[in-house]
Amino acid sequence: MFDSPQVQLLMRLPLPRSFANYVGREVFRFLLTVRGLGAFALITLGVMLAKFGAARQVVHPLVLCETARAGLSVLPMFMLLSAALGLLVVGHAIMWLTTVGAINYLGAIMVMVVVRELGPLICALLVLARSGTANVIELGTARALGEVEALEALGIDPVHYLVVPRVVGMALGVFSLTVCLILGTLVSGYFWAFLQDVALQPRAYFEQLAVSLTGLDFLLVGLKTLSFGFIIAIVTCYHGLAHPLHLEEVSRAAVRAVAQSVVAIALTEAAFIVFYLAG
Amino acid sequence: MEDVTLGSIQDPRRVVAEGINWTVAVGDYWVVAGGQGAGKTDLFMMAGGLMAPLSGRYRLFGEDMPIFEAARLKGRLRVGLVFDGGQLLHRLTVRENVALPLCYHHHLTEAQAQPRVQAMLDWLDLGPWADNTPATMPRNWQKRAGLARALILRPEALLADNPLGGLDVLQRSWWLAIFEQLSKGHGVMEGRPVTLAVSAADLRPWRRHARLFAILKNQRLTVLGGWEQVEKAEADVLHGVLEERHLE
Repeated sequence: MFDSPQVQLLMRLPLPRSFANYVGREVFRFLLTVRGLGAFALITLGVMLAKFGAARQVVHPLVLCETARAGLSVLPMFMLLSAALGLLVVGHAIMWLTTVGAINYLGAIMVMVVVRELGPLICALLVLARSGTANVIELGTARALGEVEALEALGIDPVHYLVVPRVVGMALGVFSLTVCLILGTLVSGYFWAFLQDVALQPRAYFEQLAVSLTGLDFLLVGLKTLSFGFIIAIVTCYHGLAHPLHLEEVSRAAVRAVAQSVVAIALTEAAFIVFYLAG
Repeated sequence: MEDVTLGSIQDPRRVVAEGINWTVAVGDYWVVAGGQGAGKTDLFMMAGGLMAPLSGRYRLFGEDMPIFEAARLKGRLRVGLVFDGGQLLHRLTVRENVALPLCYHHHLTEAQAQPRVQAMLDWLDLGPWADNTPATMPRNWQKRAGLARALILRPEALLADNPLGGLDVLQRSWWLAIFEQLSKGHGVMEGRPVTLAVSAADLRPWRRHARLFAILKNQRLTVLGGWEQVEKAEADVLHGVLEERHLE
């Protein structure tokens, strides 16, 4: 059907102008967003370096507060989640591994699925949902109410006061939550295996885990989680702060920030997979 | 300010006023009057160093403004800015809002900043509201807290955007008395007189208080001088900021 002369003729025709305009606009908007986010990330990094240790009496408590908000306060939810994730992975793994008589690979599967992939990804998405959206709303409201101008009038760099603590706090929060989630899932995984009467001693299970883990895994988990935290903080702070907002625009900014964070996290995850496979 | 073209803080490309020539000397007490939308807030935002003029030259204490470089920041902190609505940080209490610039610039903990903050809060009768967040306070008290925050670094000049807007008679008297004390020099400010520039929608309350007057109208800043010059000014210049019967 697609080879018919009529379809071929149709495909050679120029696109309707409105559709081309639409695609062009979207591409242009995407490029502008990438440029804006890139510039904002560079400015933030520049401020972090230039003002490292400056006004520590004000900024350090803010960093602690943001770390607690992005990390510690969501720990109970993550413990519950780690139990559920352990059940999910172990439940499926045991069913298939028992069928093919390869139960000795349980540790390797846990490392591959939980440590390398699901742990950091799930943590990043949950921190985005819980703390990232709050970031946009808080900063967007602050912007709309003129608080950014108030900070500037007081000679306080808004990026130093509002963004840097969130970036550091969120990066540390995602990292520490991922470590907790991974540990919780690995332990709960064995618990679920034990409940399913799998003939696997705890020592053998943890030996399997230890053998499967490499130095690269530790490095990648660290890099990945810190990158995810940085990305979430940058995208959400950018949408809350970078443009003058009216109060009614804050919710739309939050939706945009979440969508763009998810895309950025997925692309970063893909880059890490490529890096890992190539390594 | 020399031949300054003023942009809008919301849309910096939009011209709000042009050809502004205005010199404020140390110790002056100015009132800039104008109707709603005349650009008073934009003028004060620019004067406070939050945006650059679209053209022309603006110097503060001999330094070209605006100052964004950290190395020149000390020069910019010689001027304080009081916003129309106070613009307090909504997550902080009044005490924390007032302490913030002190802790940030002078590297003090909140406990170390406390004596100076408390003295400022007491002077401005803000003690009962010290541990309230802005959302739990009436707007006029938020303005006062904004004044306390602007004064805590002991600036040499103070810009106050529409301080009397929406206040009752008692509150207005309080603000006028405080400006009077600032202009003469108060102990909280180490006895040094503060150069004042305030914006207003109505000139009448300032008649016996301010020393110099200007009108921002039709995209022009008309510098009048003392009250005698205000009384001699043409009616159309004063229309909207002073009722004609007050000129009689």
